[in-house]
Formats: sequence, structure tokens, C-alpha cells
Amino acid sequence: MNTIFASDRTAVTWPEDQSVCRVPYGVFTDRAVYDLEQERIFRGENWSFVGLEAEVANAGDFKSTYIGETPVILMRDEEGGLNVVVNSCAHRGALVCREPRGNVANLECVYHQWAYNLKGDLLGVPFRRGLAGNGGMPKSFDMKEHSLHKLRVDAVGGLVFATFSERTAPLLDYLGPMTVDAINRICNRPITVLGDQRQYVRGNWKLYAENTRDPYHASLLHLFHTTFGLYRSSQTGVCHMDAARRHSMLTASQGTDDGKTDDYKDTRTFNADFKLQDPSLLAGRKEFADGVTLVILAVFPNLVLQQIANTLAVRQIVTKGPDAFELVWTQFGYADDDAQMQGIRLKQGNLIGPAGLISMEDGEAVEIVHDAVIREQDRTSYIGMGGGGAEDADHLVTEGSIAGFWEYYRQTMAV
Amino acid sequence: MMLKVEKLSAPELQYHVEKLQASYVECIDDDKLEEWPEYFVDDAVYKVIPRENADRNLPVAAIFCDSKGMLVDRIVSLRKANIYAAHFYRHIISNVNVKAVDKGVVSVQSNYVVLQTRTDGATEIYNAGKYLDQIVATEDGLKFKEKLAVFDTYQIQSLMVTPI
Repeated sequence: MNTIFASDRTAVTWPEDQSVCRVPYGVFTDRAVYDLEQERIFRGENWSFVGLEAEVANAGDFKSTYIGETPVILMRDEEGGLNVVVNSCAHRGALVCREPRGNVANLECVYHQWAYNLKGDLLGVPFRRGLAGNGGMPKSFDMKEHSLHKLRVDAVGGLVFATFSERTAPLLDYLGPMTVDAINRICNRPITVLGDQRQYVRGNWKLYAENTRDPYHASLLHLFHTTFGLYRSSQTGVCHMDAARRHSMLTASQGTDDGKTDDYKDTRTFNADFKLQDPSLLAGRKEFADGVTLVILAVFPNLVLQQIANTLAVRQIVTKGPDAFELVWTQFGYADDDAQMQGIRLKQGNLIGPAGLISMEDGEAVEIVHDAVIREQDRTSYIGMGGGGAEDADHLVTEGSIAGFWEYYRQTMAV
Repeated sequence: MMLKVEKLSAPELQYHVEKLQASYVECIDDDKLEEWPEYFVDDAVYKVIPRENADRNLPVAAIFCDSKGMLVDRIVSLRKANIYAAHFYRHIISNVNVKAVDKGVVSVQSNYVVLQTRTDGATEIYNAGKYLDQIVATEDGLKFKEKLAVFDTYQIQSLMVTPI
């Protein structure tokens, strides 16, 4: 079984020969594939990132967000528990929460004022017993049967995840030791949210999943990065996956190569003449004993946790149909940062986000692929750097994690 | 000759402020970006801030510069390093409101819209917001000591490379 019957006319079929990873472009553009992903990935047996515990620090704090295209609410109850519910009233389906974030005693749908507590249980229904003997709900109406749709919730290192399925493995098992260790390395003490940025990219969300598992492009597309020695493929680094190969961790350590340009003589990347007028942009502090200065942890299906120099951020992928996604960047520091450290993080914030000197191109890379393959459903990509298999590498000249993503994608999509 | 902003009448000051803002956006819209840093003093602050952060007093900005050198670096990066779709900007400024003059610093709030046109010729509203400006007189005319662009359009289309 290797075919998604995408519509009456077309099907997306994987080539039999996967000795080198090849992906049919139809998976990026077909509506039926996208619909199946919502069912099997985002509402299936996977954990999706929904927010940071620090975003809902106090009882009554809530944040509206999405899992795939499904609107959900993350909220903290009076006992300190984290709850995630589908943002849709049990009555007639309306959005219960229309604000992006805030603090409330309970949730109330504006349409008919059905009220829910912070766990999603129904508290009250206006005119439930009618008015002056008229109307009212049927005698069979049971408040307990009309809660909001509650999802399973768990958190690690202050990152909150939710899943629609009772069958999804426990969160720690789903993430695996590599991912959990990488999260705990960054989220090693209380964090402070510094702000959000939102980037609307006109391309399929999986092109970004590939992009964040791709150390090959990093030193070739992102010229700013390369030129100042923040990252080169010749630096010490790894590209590792969890046992299921759905998650990917790229790391690099600045200052581990000699900065020679020989390896790049055939590329347009190295510009030794480029000097910063104000080098304070790159002035930072060493804050991790392991010397690793770049971590891109891509967690299937919708999260990237990153450390680039002293910038720390989560990036949440929110799908907007097959042809677009929103990338929500939430930058954070530690609660015990001094003023100077926070200043460093904010100034280095110039490197990341939709206006980031080293990250803005990723949106462009996604869009130029999506635009070009829109009518090329049967053609396939050739994902071969490093050998073409889903293999870990202790270097950065590989596409092994991309192959791993597709291997797991096909498994969870059952295609 | 250096302008004395305190000595100007309200209409004169309004004229000089609007002239500065018109020249500033013309510089960007006509792609004379190498001249753009010259609208700022050496230790200027320039930030482009999503409204959802400004409203919560959170400090993250899309672009965060605290020196003229950083503005120059942004433009060099745009020209030499960054990869993005070619586009034009068209700024529309309105509601230029001189709020205060204090110790030679003129505080001004105004509204702006940036229309963006890509190479297919289609124009879209790219960024709408308000400028919060601190303007001072120098030997070379009025310059921005601080320019904050707080933008309502906090979902950025594709990316932001050209300054607002």
C-alpha cells in the first residue's frame, strides 16, 4: 500500500525504489492528502505542541491556538492542571474562546451563553428548564454529556503537547530520549516569554518540516550565517533522529573549524569582505557547557525548538490548507536573566523570525518549491545527500533526517 | 544652520516633520536604501514591533537596532546576503500628530500603510501600523533619534527584509 487516492482523477504514488529517498510532489499540493493528514497526523496518534507552560502561568490563563487546522484552547485550572479542549461549543459548534489569550474564571460561548469551567466541563445552560413553563431542554439532557472535547495533555520541560487519540504512546515515549534530553538541555530552569512573531508562508507545511531537518541547505541558502562563521557545514555538528526517525536534532558548534574558504570555492556563499559596522549584534555569552551554539530540534509534526547563539525560541507550525501555513515564533529567555542577558537575546533576535537575518530565507525556500511543483504531482524529489537513507550522521553534509521524516510520515499516514 | 525646534511655530514644525517623513518613505520606496541610515542619528533606536507584543509590554521586535551601524548592516545584508522575492514598497502616511516638544526632542505619532508589489504586478496591503518618532535637529537637518513602527499586521506575509 503506497498510494494515496487523492481524488477521482489523480493519486499520489510513492516510487517503489526508495534506495534513495524520493517524494512525489503531489503530497505537497493535493487537498485530499491534506485532509487525510488532518485526520491521521494532527488528529491521529501523534502529540502536537500547543504552547509553553509559561504562557499560561496562572489559574485562569488561556491561549487559543491550533492543532493542524483544529482550533484548540490551552488553559490552566484552579488546581494548576493544564487542559486542552477543542475550541468549539458542545451546543452548536461556535468558537467558545474568541481572544488569542487572557485570563478568565470560566469559558462562555457568546452565542447562547453555555458556560464551561477551566477543565472544559459544562457548568450552565441558559433557560435549561424553560421560562414560565415554556421551552427548556428535554428531560434526558445530562450536563455531563456535553463537555467540550477534551484532549490528552502532557508537558516536558515546560513545553505542552496534546493528542486527540487515546492510542498515542505516552509523551515521553513518543518523544524518545534524544528529544527529551534536547528539550531539558534548553529548558533547564524557569523561562520568561519575550514575545511572538508570526510568519505566513505560502507553501505546504511539510516543505518546512523538510527545511528544518536539512543541514545541507543551512550554509548555502543562509549567506549571512555562513559569512560570519555562525554556522558552516565544516563545523562540528550532528544530525540525529529518535528511534522512530520522526524527530530530528541538528547541532553545530561555532569556532570548531578554521574558517577557510576552500570548501566553498564553488559556491556563492563565502564573502570575506562583509564586515559588520556594529558587531554588537553577534556579541553573546557562552551559556551551555557543551559548547554547542546551534540546535534545531524538529519535533513531529508541528514544533521546532531552537537555540541559535543566545536566541531561544519555539516555532509552531499551524497548517492553513495544502498551500499555506503560519509559523508562530515565540522567543524566550530565562527567569533569572540579568538585564544585559535579556538585551543580548533581544538584539540577537535580529537573526531569527520572519525578519531574521539568517532565517528569513526559509519562507522563500518553501515558496519557490511550492510554486514550481504545483502541477508536477507525479514527479519526485531526490533526497540523496549523505547516501539517501534515514541514517544518523555525525556531520552536517546529510539529508538523512529528511528521509527519516518521510519514512515516519508514510507509516503514520499508512501509505 | 541648525534648526531650533522650540522656536518654530506649530505650522512650521508640522511642515518640517512632514517633510522629513515624506523624504524618509520616498528613500525606501524609491529603493535608495543606502541613504536610509542617514535619516537617523548615530545612536538611534529603530524597532519594528508586532502590535501583539507592544500591547503586552513584551520586548520582542521583528527588527531591533540601537545604532546607525546596525541599520547599515541591515542594508548590506539585504543587498549581499539575504534571499527574498523582488518587490516594491509604497508607504502611505497620514494623521501626522506632533504630540510634544521637550528639550529639543519632537515626539510625533502617525499612521502608515505599506503596500507591497511583487514582480507579478499584484499589490497587497503588506503592513499597517503607527510610527512613534523622536526627532531631533542636527547640523544636517532633522533626524530620527528613535523610530518605532508598531504594526497591526502582525502576521507577516512571507518575510520582512525591507525596512518600514
